[in-house]
Amino acid sequence: MQFFFEVLIGGLLSGVMYSLVALGFVLIFKASGVFNFAQGAMVFFAALSLVGFMEHGAPLWLAFILAFVVMTLFGIATEKFVLRKMVNQPPIALFMATIGLSFFIDGFAPLLWGNEVRALDIGLVDEPIPWILDNWNMVISKFDLFAAGLALALVALLALFFQYTRIGRALRAVADDHQAALSIGIPLQHIWALVWAVAGFVALVAGMLWGSRNGVQFALTFTALKALPVLILGGFTSVPGAIVGGLIIGASEKLAEIYIPPVMAGWFGGNFGGIEGWFPYVMALLFLLVRPEGLFGEKHIDRV
Amino acid sequence: MGSYLSINNIEVIYDHVILVLKGVSLDVPQGKIVALLGANGAGKTTTLKAISNLLRAERGEVTKGDIQFKDRRVDQMTPNEMVKGGVIQVMEGRHCFAHLTVEENLLTGAYTQAQSRAELKASLEKVYQYFPRLKQRRSSQAGYTSGGEQQMTAIGRALMANPEMILLDEPSMGLAPQIVEEIFEIVRDLNQREKVSFLLAEQNTMVALRYADFGYILENGRVVMEGQAEDLRSNEDVKEFYLGLSSAGRKSFREVKHYRRRKRWLA
Repeated sequence: MQFFFEVLIGGLLSGVMYSLVALGFVLIFKASGVFNFAQGAMVFFAALSLVGFMEHGAPLWLAFILAFVVMTLFGIATEKFVLRKMVNQPPIALFMATIGLSFFIDGFAPLLWGNEVRALDIGLVDEPIPWILDNWNMVISKFDLFAAGLALALVALLALFFQYTRIGRALRAVADDHQAALSIGIPLQHIWALVWAVAGFVALVAGMLWGSRNGVQFALTFTALKALPVLILGGFTSVPGAIVGGLIIGASEKLAEIYIPPVMAGWFGGNFGGIEGWFPYVMALLFLLVRPEGLFGEKHIDRV
Repeated sequence: MGSYLSINNIEVIYDHVILVLKGVSLDVPQGKIVALLGANGAGKTTTLKAISNLLRAERGEVTKGDIQFKDRRVDQMTPNEMVKGGVIQVMEGRHCFAHLTVEENLLTGAYTQAQSRAELKASLEKVYQYFPRLKQRRSSQAGYTSGGEQQMTAIGRALMANPEMILLDEPSMGLAPQIVEEIFEIVRDLNQREKVSFLLAEQNTMVALRYADFGYILENGRVVMEGQAEDLRSNEDVKEFYLGLSSAGRKSFREVKHYRRRKRWLA
């Protein structure tokens, strides 16, 4: 039983890391109705910039600020050169644009910073917390706990921001209806630049945590796509949904990885490892059949 | 001349090729309700969007003429600047933010206003005073309210920006006659008590001319007729083509005389 909880808690904590990436998708989707395929690439780019600045001798805090500036500039540039030209285009066109953007970043970032795999040290070690180990005999990583705490704080902050501030309301308004937002004087350009900057910030935090755990490398782009099932479960438009979806995906994939292979092997023989890799996507698929808008997503309101 | 809103001979082209307005001129005096009438595709909405500068987001462009508001040229401004300057458009088909509550919808309207919490609350109360129904529905998602309530939300939202002038596009669309009447009463109220000027695009000629002071009739991107509202209402041609009435009762469209007159009218 102890082992079960250890797996469960480990899964939940790593799930929070997915939530963090999912959050970036949610932000941009909420504010502009665009599914930003480039979010994964942004995580990669942010982490790479962070490491790059640190390699040039900047301390972590300074590198973090500089990387944030880079991501903000990137957000503004995206708005100015891509989104602004595409107001009132169908969503699929915008989606295609973000795919293009994603590949651009994947190619451009290594050009800027070099393409070898790098370690990122943010002063946190991935070791069990002694107190828990002594009293409960469970291995819970310090790193995971810190990462989860950070992610939760960020999510809570953003949820409040969306719900109660003037800008947050404007963001939701823009998501609902570009044109109407424009008609009441909400400047779309500023709002979009802002939301891309915030998404860049989230990508930076995610990149920092993922990068220090797995190393900063191209594969980050794909790790980030693990956020897709999270989004499908939680709903594309919901900040709390991103967190709950992340928890569910994280926990279930770890549990599935541990408990399903022995059963399967018992039935069919052979090796069933690596379930972790695809199990979340199967869950997402099943979920889509039952509740396509996700747990917390906005229902599409149609008047008949 | 010191006019309030004046449009001088504007031409609007969409997508660089489609000529929609072919030299439209009109004036809205301060504190008046002016109706812009005409059939589908006559250019009413385009005229309003030219003023509010929403046109550019749809690849439309004012290529000739100019638009002046309080003696300032405004045809190259952004919608944001127009709203700050006191001119706001309420778009055709309401366009409420479906997933925001009615109250949140209203609050977004104040985006351009640097208001304190107390001022914001006062503005809300003012809107609720004109639209008591919205107060009851304040916490429902706007997408689930009725068409009339959505139209009220859209107008209320515009009011939150403290406008001097509202460009109201087809407020009667898809609403029951009784609700249309209710909304026009409120428009008149706002005009008299808040001194908001209105430029009103309507297909419902009958209602619009009852509430407006002055009217313009657009056909195919041109102004074909203009006059005091009561003059237009008693004009034989208007009666026949827009109000569906004529001196000799309902007429058959086959009648040659009608056909000729219609042709002359559109030439």
